[in-house]
Amino acid sequence: MAEITYREALKRALREELAHDPDVVVWGEDIVAYGGGGAYGVTAGLSKEFPGRIRDTPIAEEAIVGVGIGAAMGGCRPVVELMTINFALVAWDQIVNHAAKQHHMFNGKIKVPMVMRSPAGFGRTAATHSQNFDAWLSSIPGLKVVEPATPYDAKGLLKSAIRDDDPVFFIEHLQLYGTRGEVPDEEYFIPLGVSERKREGKHLTVVTWGRMLVETMKAAKTLSDEGVELDVIDLRTLRPMDLSLAIESVKKTNHAIVVEEGWRSIGLGAEIVASLQEQAFNYLDAPIARVAGLEVPMPYAKNLERATLPFADDVVMAVRAMLANKY
Amino acid sequence: MGMDMNKDELIALYRQMLLIRIFEDKSAEMYAKAKIGGFLHLYNGQEAIAVGALSALRPDDDLVTHYRDHGYALARGLNANAVMAELFGREGGTTGGRGGSMHLADVDKHFWGGYAIVGGHLPLAVGLAYANVHHKTDRIVMCVMGDGSTNIGTFHAALNWAQLWKLPVIFLVENNMYAMGTAINVHSAVIEIYKKASAHDMYAERVDGKDVLAVHEVVCRLAERARGGEGPALLEAVTYRYRGHSMADSDVQRSKSEIAEQKMRDPIPTFAENVLLKRNLLTQADMDRIQKEIEAEVEAAVQFADASPEPALNTLYENIYAHPVANMQSGGSLIGPATLYSGNGKHG
Repeated sequence: MAEITYREALKRALREELAHDPDVVVWGEDIVAYGGGGAYGVTAGLSKEFPGRIRDTPIAEEAIVGVGIGAAMGGCRPVVELMTINFALVAWDQIVNHAAKQHHMFNGKIKVPMVMRSPAGFGRTAATHSQNFDAWLSSIPGLKVVEPATPYDAKGLLKSAIRDDDPVFFIEHLQLYGTRGEVPDEEYFIPLGVSERKREGKHLTVVTWGRMLVETMKAAKTLSDEGVELDVIDLRTLRPMDLSLAIESVKKTNHAIVVEEGWRSIGLGAEIVASLQEQAFNYLDAPIARVAGLEVPMPYAKNLERATLPFADDVVMAVRAMLANKY
Repeated sequence: MGMDMNKDELIALYRQMLLIRIFEDKSAEMYAKAKIGGFLHLYNGQEAIAVGALSALRPDDDLVTHYRDHGYALARGLNANAVMAELFGREGGTTGGRGGSMHLADVDKHFWGGYAIVGGHLPLAVGLAYANVHHKTDRIVMCVMGDGSTNIGTFHAALNWAQLWKLPVIFLVENNMYAMGTAINVHSAVIEIYKKASAHDMYAERVDGKDVLAVHEVVCRLAERARGGEGPALLEAVTYRYRGHSMADSDVQRSKSEIAEQKMRDPIPTFAENVLLKRNLLTQADMDRIQKEIEAEVEAAVQFADASPEPALNTLYENIYAHPVANMQSGGSLIGPATLYSGNGKHG
């Protein structure tokens, strides 16, 4: 099996689905010509393979999402790219009041089979370009939210998202585009709404997703050298959220930490902690902890940005602290 | 104008306008009786636009409207019973009581809904038009909005995109001179709304929105143009609404004399006198009979709505997703279908 990047895995998913279904169209800002295909290169080359179906749009996110919704209502399967998740705020009315509402409000008669792809993350881009709205997006009935961490998951989940009949917000991550992983040449799908155990361990459960899975796996290696084995659950889909594996894991390890990149308060971690204690309270040997981003608008300075975000070291310290009394 | 329409078609225009007027008056009455809740935006005074415009389109042309949508629903041929039942929030309504007054729809009749976020539906109309072109149909899209929506970002984003991709959309602006209660000279720098299309190099016209045949004639031309691949157009129909923005509006900002003056040229009797009676298509006795027939139809709609059951509680979770997957409700929630089925309220 060949190792490819997360970026290439996404492109392969788009290519396969464009070839599979003539109703799939891909629209976004600067996705055809600029830099050879998108600000982050995911669509590079596709416009030559599928002329007319990969199109540049105006910089008008409310229209990119809204025109996509209309096209989806009319039987197309648009994959729209929002250059960064920060710009999704310009389209917020279309995402929340239109995409997520159509099917229910019109009593099942209208479908919106549309994917909104958008990278979250950071990279010395300061406060308005370094956010992740996974918690906001995941709180909306009618929307599905996916955030893959590996190239393998990115490809399989994007293909499922494109074939899904509901609006899916597909969160990518700037820091993951260049990461590599094994992806088979054969076609495969990963179902939405199914979590996966990424590492087996008996001492402590980590529930995470997206970039923080990568950091957690680094932390797991460090901790393994100390004799602590993490059981790592990757949620992969944030709405609907599958906590079955996480609950099963907590019942085994009796310890849990939720690791997320976003702001701590009212974050997804808070929701996950609440659900875990509702369903596995009697199995817990310690309060569930959270590792999360600091609650400040992201500064530009390199040292301040680094201090704001959680990395593997933060996971290692949190695990050590929780298990300190035990080992 | 209207010379291409035969007697039956002209009488149908009259019947539709009258149906809308009587339906709206009855809706106001039902709102006062608390049979209808929330917002109720009535169409009195503007009937000639919906009726004139839809009579110029094919039944399979797509329609997307604002929330003042009762007139469009009735003119598109939705059953008055189902429309009234929707206003009542009942199972027999157009969307089973999910959408209410502002979100009437019938996809089988290519009416994709009334939308209630000002300007929010304009991009959707552009997308529907793209889908029509993508699927190589010659169906066009009519997108209806009020003058108040022409100041918001989506108005310009949608017009730009439609013109850029030469998509078959008619943007129909009902200029009733007020955005809620704010007069047009207070809310818009450009009071001749059709001129705003020029910013996007879009063809535009202005029509008397109280003249049903004038609206019909211009929409026929714009539809032919869009269907022929000549791209979108904007039509400003100048009109006036007789009631406040919604039933919750005390309407103190408009003077009584202004409203009275506008009612002097009411689109329905004007059409009846200038066309139907003048050309001897109907007698006054015919018109009295039609009035009674429509009153009976609307009364029957009220009876139907009243008899229609409330939506069943165990349908509450239906259609949130077209493709539900496992674990749809997040684990551990105390608010779930099981407690609703038992009828014990939210906290089982």
